[in-house]
Amino acid sequence: MSDTLKLTPLNDEHVELGGKMVPFAGYSMPVQYPTGIKAEHAAVREAAGLFDVSHMGEFIVRGPQALDLVQRISVNDASKIEIGQAQYSAMCMETGCVIDDLIIYRFPDRYMLVVNAANLAKDWAWVSRHAADFDVELEDVSDQTALLALQGPKAREILRPLASLDVDSVKYYRFAEGEVAGIPAVISGTGYTGEDGFELYIPSDRAAELWRALLEQGGAAGLIPAGLGARDSLRLEVGYALYGNDLDEEHTTLESGLGWVTKLDKDDFVGREALVAQKEAGVLRRLVGIRLTGKGFPRPGYDVVSGGEVVGRITSGTVSPTLGYGVALGYVPVDLAKAGTAVQVDARGRLVDGVVQRPPFYTEGSIKR
Amino acid sequence: MSDIPADLYYTEEHEYLKSTGEDGVYAVGITDYAQGELGDVVFVELPDGGAQFGQMDVFGTIEAVKAVSDLYCPLEGEIVAVNDELDDDPSIVNSDPYGAGWMIKLKLADPSEVSSLLSADSYAEHIG
Repeated sequence: MSDTLKLTPLNDEHVELGGKMVPFAGYSMPVQYPTGIKAEHAAVREAAGLFDVSHMGEFIVRGPQALDLVQRISVNDASKIEIGQAQYSAMCMETGCVIDDLIIYRFPDRYMLVVNAANLAKDWAWVSRHAADFDVELEDVSDQTALLALQGPKAREILRPLASLDVDSVKYYRFAEGEVAGIPAVISGTGYTGEDGFELYIPSDRAAELWRALLEQGGAAGLIPAGLGARDSLRLEVGYALYGNDLDEEHTTLESGLGWVTKLDKDDFVGREALVAQKEAGVLRRLVGIRLTGKGFPRPGYDVVSGGEVVGRITSGTVSPTLGYGVALGYVPVDLAKAGTAVQVDARGRLVDGVVQRPPFYTEGSIKR
Repeated sequence: MSDIPADLYYTEEHEYLKSTGEDGVYAVGITDYAQGELGDVVFVELPDGGAQFGQMDVFGTIEAVKAVSDLYCPLEGEIVAVNDELDDDPSIVNSDPYGAGWMIKLKLADPSEVSSLLSADSYAEHIG
């Protein structure tokens, strides 16, 4: 990988808006704008926020055996995906440990796999390797594809007048192809914030045009641009895992809260054997939510302590801007994973009381499942 | 551009010392540049009055939404006051870092040591 940071097609927009640009997954990305993380977070909870997530990777799978390839690399059951539907899943190594989490879209003639930017090269190599066993065509369209996330209770009313189709017909984890502000777009009822909203896949060369059109349309409703900082605090308030923090190659899907998408009874897939064995033997540690009841805030890497012993580790943590207390995800032994279990977090030498809680921490989101 | 008042003393770790008018006693906080880099401050953990710290000892921590950072004691001294207002509203550190956002008042063991800290010009150069 080159040392030079890649730029999204919206880089000029971010710089013009005063975005604080930081390196993230090989890209220069806005962590926040002058409004600040708290205001951007609040805008998404109360009105709407617009995120540039063009760094995400998109692979297209076509061909007579496209479904077979997807089934082979995905832990979820892709045969259940209808045309116009999206499905959350993960790719595993033979050990059952997570290579990446992803969203799979089924189009009439193809599948689209949306993967994390930080894993793009690794994922491409992995999918390509397995594609060799099937009659498929694989294409990486990441550079041609920009992705905007319009999130918040007002997202729908902002998008409605700009869209060529009825946005209210695009339900949760469904998508439709149409136009937004005259720009061809895949309008997807997905997001990473716990709020109602859409993700819009568009051609890179039209990204700035759409960005401006959405901000202009949404300004009166309170839409503001929001950066990666707010994206992280929003997803953590609703307990969504982040690859590289909470998901990694050290933990299996069953350990990292992805048991619900791991369909062990579907046909064989990479990692199935190990996961079946782990399920039979019993899972020893689990990713859990931890809410801090004491004063202090959890951060990735802090130890989880029980009975004076270090028993686990925080993988994501922050102060919840909406709730005002510390919320975290972390791994603990399975006997401490039950909701209500008291634990402590070692915040730089100070033990802060907390309790295991089943996410989401924030439950008032406008998301329509 | 961040605000760097001319009459204050600074550290490379982005703390400032501001004279309180009382001999050898300085208000300590973080600079405008530092608050901007940290982003929205949500919690400031400070020591009790009377505590003694050496130069570059960690006297507290500051939590922003995104990150946590240590607070370093610019010079050896004793804490003679702590800004309790920050308990109720830590965002003052963002809105008024050199005024109401002060953190501790430090009675220096050797007031002549302030000359070893960065001037406003040197600090401006330091943050580029």
